[in-house]
Amino acid sequence: MKILSKFYVGIIYAFLYLPIAVLIVFSFNDAKSRTVFTEFTFKWYEKLFTNDIILGAFANTLFVALVAGVCAVVLGTLAAIGINAMNKKLQALLLNITYLPMINPDIITGVSLMLLFVFIRMELGFTSLILAHITFNVPIVIFNVLPKLRQLDRNVYNAALDLGCNPMQAFRKVILPEIMPGIAAGFLLSVTYSFDDFAVSFFTSAADSQTLSVVIYSMVRMKVSPEINALSTIMFVVVLFILLLVNINGARRKKNHGEAAFAKEGR
Amino acid sequence: MKKTLSLILAVIFCLLSSITSFAYYSEAEGYSTEVEDYDYYQKFQGQGVEIDVYNWGEYVANDSVNFLDVNEDFEALTGIKVNYTLFSSNEELYTKLKSGGTNYDVIVPSDYMIGKMIGEGMLQKLNFDNIPNYRYIDEKYKNANFDPTNEYSVPMYWGVVGIIYNSAMVDEEDLTGWDILWNEKYADNMLMFSNSRDAFALALLDLGYSFNTTDAMEIEEAAGHLRAQKPLVQAYVMDEIYDKMEGGEAAVAPYYNGDAVLMMDVNEDLDFYVPENTSIFIDSMCIPTGAQHKEAAEMYINYMCESTVAAANSYYVGYSTPHTGAMELLDEELVENEIAYPEDELIASLDAFLTLPQDTSALTDKLWTDIMAQGSDSIIFQTVFLAAVAIIYFVIKLVNAHIKKKRMSYY
Repeated sequence: MKILSKFYVGIIYAFLYLPIAVLIVFSFNDAKSRTVFTEFTFKWYEKLFTNDIILGAFANTLFVALVAGVCAVVLGTLAAIGINAMNKKLQALLLNITYLPMINPDIITGVSLMLLFVFIRMELGFTSLILAHITFNVPIVIFNVLPKLRQLDRNVYNAALDLGCNPMQAFRKVILPEIMPGIAAGFLLSVTYSFDDFAVSFFTSAADSQTLSVVIYSMVRMKVSPEINALSTIMFVVVLFILLLVNINGARRKKNHGEAAFAKEGR
Repeated sequence: MKKTLSLILAVIFCLLSSITSFAYYSEAEGYSTEVEDYDYYQKFQGQGVEIDVYNWGEYVANDSVNFLDVNEDFEALTGIKVNYTLFSSNEELYTKLKSGGTNYDVIVPSDYMIGKMIGEGMLQKLNFDNIPNYRYIDEKYKNANFDPTNEYSVPMYWGVVGIIYNSAMVDEEDLTGWDILWNEKYADNMLMFSNSRDAFALALLDLGYSFNTTDAMEIEEAAGHLRAQKPLVQAYVMDEIYDKMEGGEAAVAPYYNGDAVLMMDVNEDLDFYVPENTSIFIDSMCIPTGAQHKEAAEMYINYMCESTVAAANSYYVGYSTPHTGAMELLDEELVENEIAYPEDELIASLDAFLTLPQDTSALTDKLWTDIMAQGSDSIIFQTVFLAAVAIIYFVIKLVNAHIKKKRMSYY
């Protein structure tokens, strides 16, 4: 039984990580082939850093993801606070309206946004792209912030007012720190979604604003360049590094916390 | 959390700034190609003109390490900024232009799409006084059936469809025409185009008809032919063909000669065969009607027709060039390669795809969908799968209810 369960876990992780392993291996392949490994080389990495098209698209993607993330966080947090203050019926209605764009297939969001932009005679470009990304990011932020607001004791806010804060100060000093984890999670998720997005970007970008996913897609006729493997490898390593850093940091803090508690008890 | 978040942000911003500095680093270095008429390219210097170019992915030389980064070089030479964007199919290009919202200055559609766009008034006539290098384009590729008067397009690449085969798995005696794709010897070892136009063209050719036919009877017959072929086909593919053929997973497949040359570099067993009745494709540079900077766009087209640039492009992409000056610069070995550059007589006898009238293409699409759906287990499989899921769900629910009841009865 134990062997079976280990085997099962092994298979699951193989499915998850084998594709990435293959991608990394072929980023070092001398030939352009995706099946035959000829010789070890760094040349795709070298080429990647002089390839304006791929790097430009990557920079576009990051820029759009960050700007859209920040805007969505501001809009979404404010919306969440507003929704939280409403009565039950209105809340239910608004939450359903918020769910809708999340359940909606991306391609429909993309096409309808494009039609809207064309209809209002707005030229497609960075502005339309960022607006589109904000559109699908706002619900994500709302659903991350709202639970934090619900956990919050309403009396804390009233107490702050009682103790001489004006509403703005009470919001900044009491509510904001409490819901910060929700906001941060919403931001990170937004950035991830923006980074991943293909369908919406495909329909709403223009000549100066193509994102990485659109550029990769355009390579299918001539075969995707191994420079993309190199870029993906770098991104994977960076994300892995960040994840490790976060976890080590978290573990250390927990340990410090424990020691502090222990010291207190010992006293 | 705050600390880690700010750390992540810092890392991201560092990456971002390093990338942008990379991307704009080499622009100041100046241009490196030899051009014929330097002064011609100086007209828009310092005026901050930008042109939007919409091209296939991986379709111009883009490797400043080994030979040339074409767009960067053009920017350095002329002072015109190139916004370079990519598409993956003619249909995508067409939809993007039709939907409005964006204006492009230079586009690179294929033959039949050029014909369609001319018909719909989506292309502008070019001013060939601004494209002196047009004289280098070989006469063979001018006046093609999609642009018979040669007013709208400047050929950039061309190629022919043929059969890529693995000589270790295929008997060369079987290479008698398109009929090898209906040869039962290669059942399950055969690949086929996954788009309707190319697939129907091959069936029509094998039956001895024209691939530009509008005769419904002939098209129905071709559909029957494709239906007969279906059991033999291992997979319907587009660019996956590279992996399958290079890895020896299939024996025969129809594809373009430029791609064949690239594949043969990887797997030495591969070879290419061009039946006598095949089609030629020509991808050409055009200027769409909404273009904002027509003259700068013509300068870009002219630059693409500089011998050195056309040679670099052809070498990088692997597709054959229609440019006589570039052919002189390319390796003799490549130019004399009959696969990359088949005999003149063959080329002269070939036609390109034309736009089909609405009802013909609708018929083709419908028949193709039928062929793809026919006899496949996918629909049966899907129904069975859904039914199985539903049954499992209800069984679990029943069992749960039963357990609950039992538990209740203990009290």
